[in-house]
Amino acid sequence: MLEVKDLCAYYGESIILKNVNLQVPDGRVVCLIGRNGVGKTTLLKSIMGLVKTPCGSIRLQGQELMGRPTYWRAQQGIGYVPQGRDIFPQMTIGENLELGLEMNGGQGAVDAKVFELFPVLATMLTRKGGDLSGGQQQQLAIARALVGHPKLLLLDEPTEGIQPSIIQDIGRVIKQLKTAGYTIFIVEQYLEFVLDVADDYYVMEKGEIIESGETAAMEMKEIQARIAI
Amino acid sequence: MDTYILQAFNGLSVSSIFMLAALGLAITFGLMKVINMAHGEFIMIGAYAAYLVQKIFANYLPAGLFDVYFIFAIPAAFLLAGAMGYLLERTVIRHLYGRPLDSILATWGVSLVLQQLARSIFGAPNVDVRAPGFLSGSLVLAGLSFPYKRLFILLLVTACFAAVYGLLYRSRYGRKIRAVMQNRAMAASLGLNTRRIDAYTFAFGSGMAGIAGAALSLLGSIGPTLGTNYIVDTFMVVVLGGVGTLAGTIAGGFIIGMGNTSFEFLTDASLGKVIVFTLVILFLQWRPTGLFSVKSRALDED
Repeated sequence: MLEVKDLCAYYGESIILKNVNLQVPDGRVVCLIGRNGVGKTTLLKSIMGLVKTPCGSIRLQGQELMGRPTYWRAQQGIGYVPQGRDIFPQMTIGENLELGLEMNGGQGAVDAKVFELFPVLATMLTRKGGDLSGGQQQQLAIARALVGHPKLLLLDEPTEGIQPSIIQDIGRVIKQLKTAGYTIFIVEQYLEFVLDVADDYYVMEKGEIIESGETAAMEMKEIQARIAI
Repeated sequence: MDTYILQAFNGLSVSSIFMLAALGLAITFGLMKVINMAHGEFIMIGAYAAYLVQKIFANYLPAGLFDVYFIFAIPAAFLLAGAMGYLLERTVIRHLYGRPLDSILATWGVSLVLQQLARSIFGAPNVDVRAPGFLSGSLVLAGLSFPYKRLFILLLVTACFAAVYGLLYRSRYGRKIRAVMQNRAMAASLGLNTRRIDAYTFAFGSGMAGIAGAALSLLGSIGPTLGTNYIVDTFMVVVLGGVGTLAGTIAGGFIIGMGNTSFEFLTDASLGKVIVFTLVILFLQWRPTGLFSVKSRALDED
C-alpha cells in the first residue's frame, strides 16, 4: 500500500529524517515507535506533503506522491489524523465530519457506520468541535478521516493525553477497522497499545529506522529501553 | 422629538454604509487575516463600475431603460472589483500570507497604483452618478421624510449580509472556506485545494467592497480617492466588532455609525470623530478581541 524509500527531510539546516525506508502492506496495522523528537511526526507530515522532502520517494499503491500538493495526496485516499487532533474548533461535529467527505470531492453523506464506531459523536452533532474533551476530539478526528473511506489511515499518537477508557475505545476501533480490511500506519509511544493493535513495528532513532519486525516477535525489554526517556 | 428620530435614521444610514464597506473586509481581513490597504480602492472600483454602467445606459440604450441601470450596476461592481481582487491575490497577496508588515506595504502600493489608474482613465475631478428615478424623492411618514436612496441602501446591506451569511454558514463552499481559514494545513490534508479557495474567497470579499462602492455612488460624487475616506473606518468596524465574526461587523458598524452621528450632533464634525475613536481605543484596551470574540477550548490551548 505505502512504500517509503530513502526519504529525507530538513527543518532549515537540521536533518530530521535520514534515508528512511519502510513499508505498510495492504490490510496491515503498522506502528512506528520512538522517543520524542526523533522525527516520527515529521515522517507522517512528509507523507502528507506538509514538510519539504528534498530526496527519496513515497509511493501509494505504486503511485509517486513526491512533488504533489497535500490536497492531491489526500484525494488519493489518505486519511490523516494529526497529533493534537486539529479538528475545526469553531465548527459543529456534523460540519467537521462532512469535511471528511472532501477527500472524494465532497460527494455523498456521512456513513452511519462511523457512528457505530463512535456512538458518542452521534449524540452531539450540533455542538462545536472546540467544546469537546480531548478524548472526544480524538474520536472526532479519527471519524473525520474515516468518512471518506481512505485506503490508508495515518494516526499520529492517538493515545497522547487521553484518558484510559477512551484509549481502550480507540484500540477497539482500530482492531475493528483492521478486520474490515483497512490499512493503518500509527505513530505511537505507548507500547502496550502497540502490542495490542499492531501487526508490524518500526523503531526510529535520530531520524533513522533502526529496527523493525512483527510485533508478535518484538523484544519488549529491548524496545522499552530504546524508547524510555 | 422629530429631530431625534431623524438623527437616529441618519445614524442608521451611516451605520449601514459602514457595515457594507466593512463586509468585504470582514472576509479578507476578518477571515483571511490579510491586511489589505487597497480595500478602499475596491470600493472605488465598484463606484466607477456603477458610473460606467450608467454611461452605457445613457449613451447606448433607450432613455426609458435608464432607471434600471442600477440593477445592472450592482453585479457589474461586484464582478469588476472581484476580478481585480482575484488578480491581486494571484499576483501579490498569495506570496505574502503570514507576513502582515509586507502585505501592508505591498497593498498600500497597490492602492496608490489603482488610484492613479482611476485618475488616468476617468480624470482627477470627481464624477457624478445620477441616481435612478425610482430612488429619488423620499418616503414621508408622519411629517418626516426618509430618502429612498438611504432606505434602499439599508435593504441592500440586509441582502448582502444575508447572502454572505448563507454562503459562509449554510453552503458547502462556505464550510470549505471556514475550514481553510481556521486551519490551512488540516484543510489541505482533508483534500481541499487551499490555494484555489484563498483566491476565490479574496475575490468574493473584494467583490463585496465593489457593491459598497456602487451604493456609495448613489449618495454623492465619486473620485479616485473615494476609498481612502473609508479605509480607517472600515478597519475600525471589523476590529471593534471582533475579527472573524459577521455579527461583530454588524455591531461594529452600528456603534461607529451611530456614535459618529450622535457625537457630531452633540459637538461638531471633527470633535465627534475624535470622541468616537477615543472610545473605541479605550474599549479595545479593555477587550482587545472586540465585541464578539471567538472562544473555544481548542483555541485556548494554542
